[in-house]
Amino acid sequence: MGDLVQLLVSGTATGAIYALAALGFTLLWQASGTINFAQGEFVMLPAFGMLACIALGAPLWVAFLVTCAAAMLVLGVGFKLVIVDPLIKHGVIPLVIATLGLSIGLKQLVKVYSAEAHPFPSAFPLGQWSLGGVQISYADLGTLVIAGLIVYGLQTFLNKTVTGRAMQACAQNTDAAKVLGIDVRRMVMYVFLINAVLAVVAALLVTPTYLAKFDMGDSIGQKAFFAAIIGGFNQTRGALLGGVLIGVLENVVGFYFSPAYKEGVALLLFLLVILFRPEGLLGKAEERKV
Amino acid sequence: MKRLSRLAAALAVSVAVPAFAQSGPVPIIGLVELSGTGTTAGTNFDNGVKLAVKEINAAGGILGRKIEYTSLDTQSQPNVAKGLAQKAVDQNAYVVMGPVFSGSIIVSMAETKRAEIPNFTGGEAANITQQGNPYVFRTSFTQSTAMPKLAKYINDTVKAKNIAMIWVNNDFGKGGRDSMQKALDAVGVKVVADVPTDPGQVDFSGAVLKVKQSNADAVFVYTNEEESARALRELRKQGYDKPILGETTLTGQKVIELAGEAANGALAHVGLTVDAPQPAIKDFDKKFQAEYKYKSDHNGMKGYSAMYVVKAVTEKIKKFDGKEFAKTMHGAKISAKDYPGVLLDVTFDNNGDLDRESFLVKVENGKQIVTATLPPVSAK
Repeated sequence: MGDLVQLLVSGTATGAIYALAALGFTLLWQASGTINFAQGEFVMLPAFGMLACIALGAPLWVAFLVTCAAAMLVLGVGFKLVIVDPLIKHGVIPLVIATLGLSIGLKQLVKVYSAEAHPFPSAFPLGQWSLGGVQISYADLGTLVIAGLIVYGLQTFLNKTVTGRAMQACAQNTDAAKVLGIDVRRMVMYVFLINAVLAVVAALLVTPTYLAKFDMGDSIGQKAFFAAIIGGFNQTRGALLGGVLIGVLENVVGFYFSPAYKEGVALLLFLLVILFRPEGLLGKAEERKV
Repeated sequence: MKRLSRLAAALAVSVAVPAFAQSGPVPIIGLVELSGTGTTAGTNFDNGVKLAVKEINAAGGILGRKIEYTSLDTQSQPNVAKGLAQKAVDQNAYVVMGPVFSGSIIVSMAETKRAEIPNFTGGEAANITQQGNPYVFRTSFTQSTAMPKLAKYINDTVKAKNIAMIWVNNDFGKGGRDSMQKALDAVGVKVVADVPTDPGQVDFSGAVLKVKQSNADAVFVYTNEEESARALRELRKQGYDKPILGETTLTGQKVIELAGEAANGALAHVGLTVDAPQPAIKDFDKKFQAEYKYKSDHNGMKGYSAMYVVKAVTEKIKKFDGKEFAKTMHGAKISAKDYPGVLLDVTFDNNGDLDRESFLVKVENGKQIVTATLPPVSAK
């Protein structure tokens, strides 16, 4: 029983990281109709950004803050202005292709610098917390707390603040939001900035395990996409559920069956959801006006 | 008649031109893992070869001819390696260096064998040299040589009665696991948990949990570099406090760098280490660090020493002839006194397996400490 609890906790911690990246997927989709297939690389780049700051002598928390600022500028404002804005008017498909290209380009760019894995410091100390025979590492616990706080904070921001509600209004009906006097362009920009910060947090939490490497985003981007679909692409809470579900099931399947089947878990769930509940577990079916 | 004379002329030309050109730069091709899961191993191996080539060329080359070394990226994929091996054949390589991954060399060596080109590999899987290929040569111990040394250490020094094994499910890992199982059986140490993992696996929490459940006296970890670092981090994360043992990779320089303090305390048998006391190795360490600004792992030493083996054997046969080279390699003995670049006295048997001294090491404060030097198997 203790083993199962331990598996559930570490699976939830891993899933929470998938959820952070998946949240970015859903937020961008809701606010701007953007599907970003370079989401994994948006996690990889900040990892190298933080390493660069650390190499210059900055402590991890300073590196994190500096990278957050840089990511908001490059992965937030830059991504929106240079790639999304010029392409979104041509529909989703050109943007999907552009972000796929961006994903490959970013990987190659980092690969030129280094194709090798690099160590990344953990934000949490080594060690464990024991409770009734169940041992939970500080790293898993810390990841859960940080990811939980961010998701809770984001939900509170979106639901309880004027700006958050305005952002939701833009996501639900852009034209109506404009009529109500909401600055839609600004709200959409906020979403891109939030996505950039979520990517930096995911990088901070996941890189000590994944190691900083040009292709580390492949798996994260894929799992985050599956998590967003499984939970419901139009629901932020769905991204959380999808991420945690994948993380936990991967751990359980890897332990009780074989690690060889782990990678198939997300894909299988994805297929089942697409077949039987295309709107996602918590998603709402979208109706289109004709 | 005219046709016959043309045929005769063509035959005369083909006889007059030897299998390998005897003038101009000598093409040597590296098939190395410069991307994918084997990046660390392949990059080190490649850098080792390049350093040796630079030194050899600076000293006048081999038999007065410069070496022209080109490295090709296998992307750590056997199918890519096979295609590139064919490319190396087309480019008329004198010798092929690599791949390092066992799964890749097993596939690619068919091409170099067909073209009768000597092929050095960093692969350690036992079956590489058990297929009757006279053109394949190792740059490190075969698993069936290394594992008995480690098993003896586990039994005699660690005094473990039983052990858990975490291994990577590829040719390298499976070969190591089988050789280790056999070696442990021979010394009476029981395997109580047999935990396969995937190549490139990120999360080792389940694997470590299984090891802890088994309550084994120690754990043997046999995975590639990045996975070894992740396994070490997870073992420490879950508070594992029993001996952690490995063969070469576990305490490699890159693994120590990636695992950080989690690597401290890990024990391993290593064929080559830059922390060994031999002057030739110390000299190599200095030169490698000056060239690449980082410390080489065993793969760098494998590539470097293999290039000097090529020089030594070519100078012995006094010509560039792949067939003659391969023939001379079987049973070759090369002394580090005559060729310091081979780093340690080395002998090759008829299968292409090598034998030389090896080391037992422990990681302390992020450094490999050599705790014992073991004699070559043939010296016993």
